Amino acid sequence: MAKLHVTTKINGEEVEYLCDAQDSMLDVLRGPLGLTGSKEGCGSGDCGACSITVDGRLTCACLMLAAEAEGHDIGTIEGLAQGEKLHPLQEKFIEMAALQCGICTPGVLVAAKALLDRNPDPTETEVRFWLAGNLCRCTGYDKIIRAVMDVAADMRKTVAA
Amino acid sequence: MSDIKYLAPGTIEEAVKAMQAAGGKGFVLAGGTDLLVQMRSGAREPQTIVDVKKIPEMTTIEELPGGGFRIGAAVSGAVIGEHKKLVAAFPGVVEAINLIGSKQVQGRASAGGNLCNSSPAADSVPAMVAAGVTVQIAGPNGRREVPVEKFPTAPGRNCLQPGEIVVSLTLPAPAAGSSDAYLRLIPRTEMDIAVVGIGVSLTLKDGTVTAARVGLGAVAPTVLLVEDAAKALVGSKLDDAALEKAAAACRAACKPINDKRGTIEYRTKISGVLLKRAAKIAAQRASGATVGGTH
Repeated sequence: MAKLHVTTKINGEEVEYLCDAQDSMLDVLRGPLGLTGSKEGCGSGDCGACSITVDGRLTCACLMLAAEAEGHDIGTIEGLAQGEKLHPLQEKFIEMAALQCGICTPGVLVAAKALLDRNPDPTETEVRFWLAGNLCRCTGYDKIIRAVMDVAADMRKTVAA
Repeated sequence: MSDIKYLAPGTIEEAVKAMQAAGGKGFVLAGGTDLLVQMRSGAREPQTIVDVKKIPEMTTIEELPGGGFRIGAAVSGAVIGEHKKLVAAFPGVVEAINLIGSKQVQGRASAGGNLCNSSPAADSVPAMVAAGVTVQIAGPNGRREVPVEKFPTAPGRNCLQPGEIVVSLTLPAPAAGSSDAYLRLIPRTEMDIAVVGIGVSLTLKDGTVTAARVGLGAVAPTVLLVEDAAKALVGSKLDDAALEKAAAACRAACKPINDKRGTIEYRTKISGVLLKRAAKIAAQRASGATVGGTH
């Protein structure tokens, strides 16, 4: 079977790749495309370490075939920072030490950004439910939740200013 | 090297042909949240994957004349949850669909896929049974309709014939004074498989129940339509005696298994408890009171 040729957009740039039918989006991101920020934790959609957005919609890259990306707009952790300038979520996670081993962090950041893009003023409960699909075995979640709440507050101030 | 074929047809007819040509080795890909996991574990070995997300009829929600809805089988939970009119008319169906998995899973998983996976513990199915959903099926011999409670036939099995696919789910227009609710019990607060799931749909007139449907999940090989529970509620004002009678009917309908999530005795008891709670929520919603979600 010939390889499938896919044209898609990743972090705003047009990208082409070849893949097999059963290759997951995560396989292609981490393999041929070299975007290793998305992590493989469980490979079954439970842990959220491979969280990406597809047309702005949060999803797990391990639960999507690479072939399905044709004509869509993919967002990965590599698209969060603008060049050397980190996204406010990334800065806050460093400042508040909202990470330890770091495996879950890219997925948490992508998921948190998807939340704040939709809801700039989430309650703590909303943040906790939104991030329920991102497992972290180090932090106990509290620092992550506080960092996201803090960034949301900061970003609201920036918008108001 | 891969010999798996990936197809993304633009019409139902092409999708049916592709499934027919695959001769039992074809699998429909909607959200993929079950299929990809099953492929990886070796539980399913497709030779052809038919991605149906390029078919407009399967990826859109349509309002029907009179107040019903047609939900494309591949519409994601996230999109369903953002459809304000659908949420207002069928809060129970929407909350059931939105309980499947995480936000990541919601971004892809569909009610059609949840139905086709045919797990006895599927969250969306008891609510769809209560709402009286009809499943629209397309196949080599044209189209047919099946009431949702007749769709699953055993754990992981359903009434689809070779070459057939589920196109959409039709929610009939609710009568005035109707609403619904879905409740499930899981050992955690989020992201788990139902120990018991129950959908209740009620129509009330002046506080008296004039019509009811009850769908009960995770307590038998397939999701059940519990007609005796509905009968016990109709004609009542949801007084304790009527609720207890309906709860007893749910307990009597249970044929559960023992597993790590719950024993036979526990599941049976909980089915009655959730019936009472879900009926009260559906009734409050039907009489216009706002009730919070089920998280």
